[in-house]
Amino acid sequence: MSDIVAPTATVAGPLDVAGTLALVQEALPDAKPVSAGPTDYLEVAPDQLLEALRVLRDQGGCDLLSSITCTDYLSYQGRARAKDGPRFEVVYHLYSTAQGGDCVVLHVPVDDGEPLPTATPVYPGANLQEREVWDLYGLVFEGHPNLRRILLWEGFEGHPMRKDWHEAYYEEDQKPFRSRHPRADFARSEDKVPWGKNTRYPADWDPDDWQEPVTYVPVSQDPRHSNGTGDRLSTESVVVNLGPHHPSTHGVFRMVVRIEGETVTALEPDMGYLHRNHEKIGERNTWLMNMPFTDRLDYINSMSNNWGYALAVEKLMGLEVPERAEYLRVIMAELSRIVNHLWSIGFILNDLGALQTPALYAIEEREMILDLFESVSGARMMCNYLRFGGVHRDLPAGWAERARYVVHERLPRALDQLDDLLSGNEIVNTRGRGVGYLSAEQLISLSVTGPMIRAAGVPYDIRRCEPYGVYDRFDFDIPTLPHSDVYDRYYIRLLEARESVRIVQQALAGLPEGDILAGKGGYVFRPPEGEAYGRVEGPKGELGFYLVSDGKPNPYRYHIRAPSYINLNALAPMTVGYKVADAIVILGAIDIVLGEVDR
Amino acid sequence: MSLAPPNFPDLKTGQVESYLHPSVSVPEGLNNNVLVTTVDRLYNWSRRSSMWPLLFGLACCAIEMIATASSRFDLSRFGMEVMRPSPRQSDLMIVSGTVTKKMVPAIVRIYNQMAEPRYVIAMGACATGGGPFKEGYNVVSGIDKYVPVDVYIPGCPPTPEALMFGLMKMHQKVDTQSVTTADWYKREGSAFVPVPQLGPDIFDPRQADLIRAETMSGEAVEADTGGGRAEGGVPGGLRNLGEKAKARIAQAKERAAARLAG
Repeated sequence: MSDIVAPTATVAGPLDVAGTLALVQEALPDAKPVSAGPTDYLEVAPDQLLEALRVLRDQGGCDLLSSITCTDYLSYQGRARAKDGPRFEVVYHLYSTAQGGDCVVLHVPVDDGEPLPTATPVYPGANLQEREVWDLYGLVFEGHPNLRRILLWEGFEGHPMRKDWHEAYYEEDQKPFRSRHPRADFARSEDKVPWGKNTRYPADWDPDDWQEPVTYVPVSQDPRHSNGTGDRLSTESVVVNLGPHHPSTHGVFRMVVRIEGETVTALEPDMGYLHRNHEKIGERNTWLMNMPFTDRLDYINSMSNNWGYALAVEKLMGLEVPERAEYLRVIMAELSRIVNHLWSIGFILNDLGALQTPALYAIEEREMILDLFESVSGARMMCNYLRFGGVHRDLPAGWAERARYVVHERLPRALDQLDDLLSGNEIVNTRGRGVGYLSAEQLISLSVTGPMIRAAGVPYDIRRCEPYGVYDRFDFDIPTLPHSDVYDRYYIRLLEARESVRIVQQALAGLPEGDILAGKGGYVFRPPEGEAYGRVEGPKGELGFYLVSDGKPNPYRYHIRAPSYINLNALAPMTVGYKVADAIVILGAIDIVLGEVDR
Repeated sequence: MSLAPPNFPDLKTGQVESYLHPSVSVPEGLNNNVLVTTVDRLYNWSRRSSMWPLLFGLACCAIEMIATASSRFDLSRFGMEVMRPSPRQSDLMIVSGTVTKKMVPAIVRIYNQMAEPRYVIAMGACATGGGPFKEGYNVVSGIDKYVPVDVYIPGCPPTPEALMFGLMKMHQKVDTQSVTTADWYKREGSAFVPVPQLGPDIFDPRQADLIRAETMSGEAVEADTGGGRAEGGVPGGLRNLGEKAKARIAQAKERAAARLAG
């Protein structure tokens, strides 16, 4: 059992968004306030961006740069925008972890080829997200420390999220494709391309002349590293590749590690091995078609992913959700949080060397919950259960009794058992305590969210800070732990799973009767023009969906703020200085899922 | 079914019966001590009874693969619980999840490193044919574009039951093989798969000539000409394809029709 559990702190009160935006306007009179659907934002010129971010951080109290993304307005068909404006808009969402509340949104319009300053001096957490915007949209962030491709590989032709970039199997901009409906005269996509594969090559390109770009190798990031220039012994460092096929990387993830002896002196995460182009496909799909795709983001908890997307669309539409559906959503999301935390506890222990056994115990409990999911949604993992304005199906007969058995009898005992067996374990303590430390301020500046910052003593949980659904009706704590090391990151998940059990118990007891779906669930559906950012407290951190609608039946922009992707900002700073074996477990304790990292 | 407890000698006889050589009989007195069978049957029996999968997960399906190997479904009933992280020690690669272009070179290298006899299962819709992500620019439409596949398992993701059914099919396939015809017992051995390279897009060295002929021909590559709705409301898709592509599609449709008819 852990010795210290910090008392649950409460947040100071919601952030005054209008007041904060006024602060920026005061400092920068050129900034233009815009209203797009449910969102009010400020348009800032590229050369004033850093100034605006500094004002927001230092005076506005916005310490968390949650999300950076970009929209290509090339083929925008709505009426709300001038046609001759700059082609791209880079979007910044900022929050206050101390005060909670809604987000402050900045837009920076830029034309093709126009550089904009990097936000990394103000918010180091902008690092990975700016690289993603460069990779997918081709916008240059001046002064970025490491502006290389991140999801695709160096040498890839073009920037695929641009609206005028088409892949080899491209058919149309909108689904359903007319060759499928109503014409029904379609052919295999493979037959359209001479080589039968989903590839395209520039004209006059000769495969024989191709040379692969030199592999990027990180240099030492350790300030204490002497490189043999001082009076220390001159040694040679070695670069080691962990992944993409490696049993400890939780999927297809690659770490390029520079080590000296066994000490890590530099680490470079390399991802994109599961980049499935979710966003490009999502902008072609109709709104509802994206729901099953969200299941496959963080494939361990499809239910919470569904909720994040449904929440964003409901914000855009102004839809009300019936009470029973809200309760069902809470039940499903919390059950899936328990699944996730059990799974992650099992696999942190796997990484510590307790191969298989704790994971087997955890998976056994997971199966009980998956059975509940299967009987309510029809699928074990890819539930596709939520709809815009409610949920898809009502509970089958006897479901509530089975769920009550699981959350009253089974899970509390299982969690106690894991706690008894693992928390006092000598190996978990010696390998976990003091490993992978980063202070709370550093973690927040790196845009880390979720259990990671709660294990650093920050009581930032969206269920409490900006309550959505019916979370304000339940009695639960936001547990925090003070040490910000691997042990606390393991233990916080156990504590959170216990709180989730409490929430499900209360929700099952108070489950009202009534409708489960308002409206038609979005089968035929055109949200009004505008943009919305909806976020939920996913089991891994803040899961956000940024949507832009131009009034057409498919989303114009569909972006996912993936917590495990952005939490990886902290991987290198956390690992440098520790041993290689610690690198494995530090990565394990971040708890990433590659479907969400690469999307 | 009788509820009587099984007679163990009989049970054992029943189990080995299918392996016995049909035409060679053993003298009466040696019946329980000597078995005569064929090399094929012995090899296949040993191979399929302890097939070690590679500990190798790509995406969502890997989670179901882990669930299959864990407490509830228990792959050790098939002699498969020893998942080896090293390709040198494994017999079976379960390609569990979406294959992306960035990952293909690694998969092909791993496949080449596996000792023969080696088998590949494409688990789930993505590994079989691209699945829901098929149109994606970084997604490969099925691992069989690069390495040979023995069993395809549909589902997104396949349930553990489906995976086990696929594994049983794999066992059946192993049982039909013969040392005289299998590639890996031939003098020259089976060939390595050339590793694809990441250029402006991924390219397969086996198709280098074809790619060069198309890119150097001076014409725009046809697949790029499919237009969206932006072009004055003209529907895209097939209508905007070039002549060569239309001819290819027509041929493919004819082949499909012939297959259906005959």
